[in-house]
Amino acid sequence: MEKRSSFYEEVQRKGIPRRDFLKFCTTMAAFLGLEASGVGQIVKALETKPRLPVIWFHFQECTCCSESFIRASHPLVADIVLNKISLDYQETLMAASGVQAEDAYKAVMAKYPGEYIVMVEGSIPTGNEAYCCIGGRSALQILEEAVKNCMAVVAWGNCASAGCVQAASPNPTGAQPVHKVISGKPVVNVQGCPPIADVMAGVVVHLLTFGRIPQLDGLNRPKAFYSRRVHDTCYRRANFDAGLFVESFDDEGAKRGYCLYKMGCKGPVTYNSCGIIKWNDSVSYPIQSGHPCIGCSEAGFWDNGPFYQHLPKVAGFGIESTADKIGLGLGVATAIGMAGHAIVTNIRKNKEINNEPETGSTVETTKEA
Amino acid sequence: MKSRSIPLREVYVWEMPVRIYHWINALCIVTLSITGYMIGDPLSITKGTEAYFNFWFGNVRFIHFVAAFLFFFNFVFRTYWGFSGNEFSRWYNFIPLKRSQWLEILDVIKVDVLQVTHKKINSIGHNSLASFVYFITFLIFLLQCLTGFGMYSAMSTSALPKLFAWVVPFLGGDMAVRQLHHILMWGFILFAIVHMYLVFYHDYIERTGVTSSMIGGWKFIEEDAVIEHDKEAAKSHNT
Repeated sequence: MEKRSSFYEEVQRKGIPRRDFLKFCTTMAAFLGLEASGVGQIVKALETKPRLPVIWFHFQECTCCSESFIRASHPLVADIVLNKISLDYQETLMAASGVQAEDAYKAVMAKYPGEYIVMVEGSIPTGNEAYCCIGGRSALQILEEAVKNCMAVVAWGNCASAGCVQAASPNPTGAQPVHKVISGKPVVNVQGCPPIADVMAGVVVHLLTFGRIPQLDGLNRPKAFYSRRVHDTCYRRANFDAGLFVESFDDEGAKRGYCLYKMGCKGPVTYNSCGIIKWNDSVSYPIQSGHPCIGCSEAGFWDNGPFYQHLPKVAGFGIESTADKIGLGLGVATAIGMAGHAIVTNIRKNKEINNEPETGSTVETTKEA
Repeated sequence: MKSRSIPLREVYVWEMPVRIYHWINALCIVTLSITGYMIGDPLSITKGTEAYFNFWFGNVRFIHFVAAFLFFFNFVFRTYWGFSGNEFSRWYNFIPLKRSQWLEILDVIKVDVLQVTHKKINSIGHNSLASFVYFITFLIFLLQCLTGFGMYSAMSTSALPKLFAWVVPFLGGDMAVRQLHHILMWGFILFAIVHMYLVFYHDYIERTGVTSSMIGGWKFIEEDAVIEHDKEAAKSHNT
């Protein structure tokens, strides 16, 4: 078996100083929430461990996960994508095409059984598998074959983790997330549309350093990045508690940076690191830019719209129906029903009273007389 | 003056714990519905000021959470009392497993809901339809506690809410849980409206003093019905 070089060897070959390499390791340790000694572990792993063979599939998706990944805040992160994790097969970034490309990923499966990682961008059509075919085979066939001997599966983004827009009602292609179509292998759901680049890098570094998948939550998302809600880490949170809300995008509240809760912000129901790590080299994130969170790292966020309305619409009750409108309607219907019932009741009661003999009154009059 | 002389018995129906449960529950439901609605659709009562000076929405949520804990433990207590209280508070009243309960449900629908037949239904405790509806509300209580504490678990470090942490992944995420929690709130509101109307209705028609029975615990029941009830009880006891 050919010797695979380590990440550090790749870094040296590129002429990147060791100082930058250590900075990168420290950044990653911080993102992963490791203690100070974790930095050393990362350094050691990246210096010694052989490159991680990776097959990166693109199924029903828009490639925004790849686009996000190569825009990570630390330049070395992009290097991991292109060098460290040997992207033996990545449709967007690989040079090979056609037969050579097919050969490349088959070679990985043959050479590194039980060692390679399958990374998936996009959902898998199950209604009619023909909706997504590569090289004459369906996404499902390709994935099932690749997963058989892999170490773990990383599902990038909402498509691979929860189906995203393809799986939104009425889901014409029968799109399914990765964890629904495969079994027997650990799946890491790196949620978001796309996920934050540094989160993606963090997951990769974790896999490299510790040789196992990171700690996951109930929805298989790495706890280091998805254990807190955008709402609880939002810098506008104080405005929420103070009851200071933006009512329209051009009002005084919007200028003062009040809470976007009433503008449909899904921060309170969304688990992600946007409020902490932020985007584009930690410049900003949607709420900081004055736009409510649309909850892109939550399953079914397309169906829980509209984006600018806090309560989701209720399917089957017209376009604009919310639980409140339906509830109020039922309340009115109940009140009308009660009014009708009360009228009948009163007729019945009056009859009953009239049918009673007037014995009491005669006794009363005799007494008085 | 109209008056009527019929033999009545006073029956001690609602024991003190049941009455206390009822009123705590009522208070909690009113509080939770009002604060819950506000959390879903907050009023903008403060404007043009800095967050530093205000905390009213935080207080609304705090009241909601405190009331939720009270509601939950009150509900747990009532469940316990369903296994240890008197015959009118026992669990088997609420789940129609017997044929006689289903027959009474049909009777109540005909007599009290549709008002097509007129006869007196002499239930000493709840009638069978009411009991069944309460059973459904208990299920709603349970779902509301599950979804509520499920959402709460994410921001809590205490042990009780952590027991509900599985609810969010089970239902597929906070969005679904929040939506369900909100829809169920309307179940409470509709229940409260109909419940209050029916208390008026039954007191108006049956004259058993049902309204004050939830304060004092005693109801006025026709003697024949009490004798009938005792006979039934003796019969089922012997078999």
